Amino acid sequence: MKFVKLSVSVFAIAAVSATSAAARDNVQTAGSSTVLPYATIVAEAFGENFDFPTPVVESGGSGAGRKKLCEGVGENTIDIANSSSRIKQSDIDTCAANGVNEIMEVRIGYDGIVFASDINGPEYAFSPTDWYNALGARIVKDGALVANPNKTWADVNPAFGAQDLLAFIPGTKHGTREVFDEKVIIAGCEDSGAFDLLKAANGDDAKAAQKACMDLRTDGVSVDIDGDYTETLSRIDANKNAIGVFGLSFYQNNTDRLRVATMNGVVPSTETIAKGEYPVSRPLYFYVKKAHLGVIPGLKEYIEFFVSDDMAGPDGPLAAYGLVSDPDLAATQAMVAAETPMGPLN
Amino acid sequence: MTLSSTNPPKSLFAVDARTRKRNAAEARFRLYGLIAVGIGVLALIVLLTSVLGNGLGAFRQTFLQLPIALDAAKLDPSGNRDGEAMKKVTTIGYGKVIQTALIAEISQRGIATEGVSAKDIFGLVSKEAPAQLRDQVLANPGLIGQTITFKGLANGRVDGFFKGRVSMESAALDSNISPAQLVLAQQMRDAGMISVSFNPAFIFGSDASELRPESAGLGVAILGSAYMMLIVLALALPIGVAASIYLEEFAPQNKWTDLIEVNISNLAAVPSIVFGILGLAVFINFMGLPQSAPIVGGLVLTLMTLPTIIISTRASLKSVPPSIRDAALGIGASKLQSIFHHVLPLAMPGILTGTIIGLAQALGETAPLLLIGMVAFVREYPGAPPDGFFEPASALPVQVYNFTQRADPAFVERASGAIIVLLVFLVVMNTIAIILRRRFERRW
Repeated sequence: MKFVKLSVSVFAIAAVSATSAAARDNVQTAGSSTVLPYATIVAEAFGENFDFPTPVVESGGSGAGRKKLCEGVGENTIDIANSSSRIKQSDIDTCAANGVNEIMEVRIGYDGIVFASDINGPEYAFSPTDWYNALGARIVKDGALVANPNKTWADVNPAFGAQDLLAFIPGTKHGTREVFDEKVIIAGCEDSGAFDLLKAANGDDAKAAQKACMDLRTDGVSVDIDGDYTETLSRIDANKNAIGVFGLSFYQNNTDRLRVATMNGVVPSTETIAKGEYPVSRPLYFYVKKAHLGVIPGLKEYIEFFVSDDMAGPDGPLAAYGLVSDPDLAATQAMVAAETPMGPLN
Repeated sequence: MTLSSTNPPKSLFAVDARTRKRNAAEARFRLYGLIAVGIGVLALIVLLTSVLGNGLGAFRQTFLQLPIALDAAKLDPSGNRDGEAMKKVTTIGYGKVIQTALIAEISQRGIATEGVSAKDIFGLVSKEAPAQLRDQVLANPGLIGQTITFKGLANGRVDGFFKGRVSMESAALDSNISPAQLVLAQQMRDAGMISVSFNPAFIFGSDASELRPESAGLGVAILGSAYMMLIVLALALPIGVAASIYLEEFAPQNKWTDLIEVNISNLAAVPSIVFGILGLAVFINFMGLPQSAPIVGGLVLTLMTLPTIIISTRASLKSVPPSIRDAALGIGASKLQSIFHHVLPLAMPGILTGTIIGLAQALGETAPLLLIGMVAFVREYPGAPPDGFFEPASALPVQVYNFTQRADPAFVERASGAIIVLLVFLVVMNTIAIILRRRFERRW
């Protein structure tokens, strides 16, 4: 009978709390696994130095985070969505349908995407064209489109050795993949001339041609990794000839195991990305539900602290971890201080 | 024609072809069995050696010990030892104090520091150390003005060097540490400033960001798991036992009870992520319970554990012989009395075993927690129950998952360490189940 009493009382507690919902006193964020390490670094320092509890940082992917942000307003919904790609119109529409009208868009800096192979392997100096010719489903050969026949890197570009082609690229659920497609595959598609041929084949439809560019070969040369960079790293350990796609910060933490390749002759680093020399980079964002400002204690302080020079500045801990500091950080700080919501997407 | 003319008499000891064939089949089967067991044992050994080999290091940590003069001008500019005013000095300020003290101590001990900048020397110290010092000072403002002996964490790479994870060769390629820093660290260890010792913070401390893997601990996760297990126990056991008693002893045998029975068996086989989706929809979105809270995790795991408990409880109720019930009824007990006074106590060992195995299963579950926000970076300890049930917490298997996803190689060791802690919990729970069964089991 004791058990029955106990369970009844637990149920009662649950029911009471469900109606009165004990006020949440911590900031709750979710989203991109690329932004996650930066968000945890800020959350940790925030909890240490402020009187507010350490924010909870959930991972799960950019899209999932934005979806959670748009679930509605209230203490049982998250306050901030971390995102490694820009919010989409569909997200904004979902948000509006659920009563989340004002969202603040905060750009925290830039992140580079690097190509790296086993530390004991050969060096590579890539261009986007090399990548398209290695992974594209249909490439240009003697002025005509053919199904990709390349077997080794030497087939792609005589400057490389004859290692077998094998690339581990992020799966389609990752924000990183979008950048890889856009900045490497499509760029390579255009440079190699495949774009024009594909455009002609698609009846002069540039959009369809871009889509056709993103078709990668399916014979096992290009392997989608749906897990994290740790998985890519262990796959490279097992396949010494393979080349993986990593975030710059991940590479910087594993320089003793990975050899990074140059892109268009530029070595990826926070400096070359900040100068705009290294081509494969993207901005990182977080999105704040404005209705929660002033309701959730510490939310405003947390976002101000995130974009402060102490954190996101060029000498801050985020830059030390691999974030490329945003040259327009001052504008972001002013925007956060004024709580300006984002305008319509352009 | 006599029988003996077709089958000449044979000795029983001479084995004929057919018997030999049957014996060979048996020998082969035994061999297959042995091979199967061998593969199992081998897999277990490989798993355990890899986990223990990687993870035991996590329980020991490299510490730096040095005297620090707590300068009042730097740490309490207002000068009145007021806690609120002192909080204005951030960990960055405390970091500078540690840096000054460390460089002074190194030069005082006469350790050569050529080729190592002041920033590199401070790089040997964990980024957690300033926070440790700040907490220490804020807890006891009287320390300001004194010189204290401070024991703080060393950087994860230095720790890796003393544990053999980082070598001079790897450091030469590593952008986070240089061989010169490691040489200095070795000299400091020889001088007794650096030591490797047991690290209780790995078990009791909270998680840490990727900049300081050396300070990451399991405290929040253990607490979160414990809260969830409490909730599961308090809800699943009474509900499960009540349901089984009703179904087994009172319910009429008809289509409806058959349907319920089939559904319970099916529920036991439903993938756990489905319960997570249910939890998100019902407990968070409909009932408005908080995200990342042990109460939601506990409720979801309760749903997951219920079928296991009901099935094992019904089995143990069934195994109590009807003569016990008949005897109780025969001397005038009511049906309720016969069940609660006689059947249930006899079935208890089986019920408890089933419950503990159900709990152990729930303890190791990550998938349903993914959807209710518990797979997260949580640094604050949840409060004491019942309020703590509603505050964010992590869970042990979640912590393992989180550690394996981090970029810094030091987290590999911590992930394996967390697995060891989880395994210890599981072994303890299963041992309790075995002991209960051994002690109270009755054979009929």
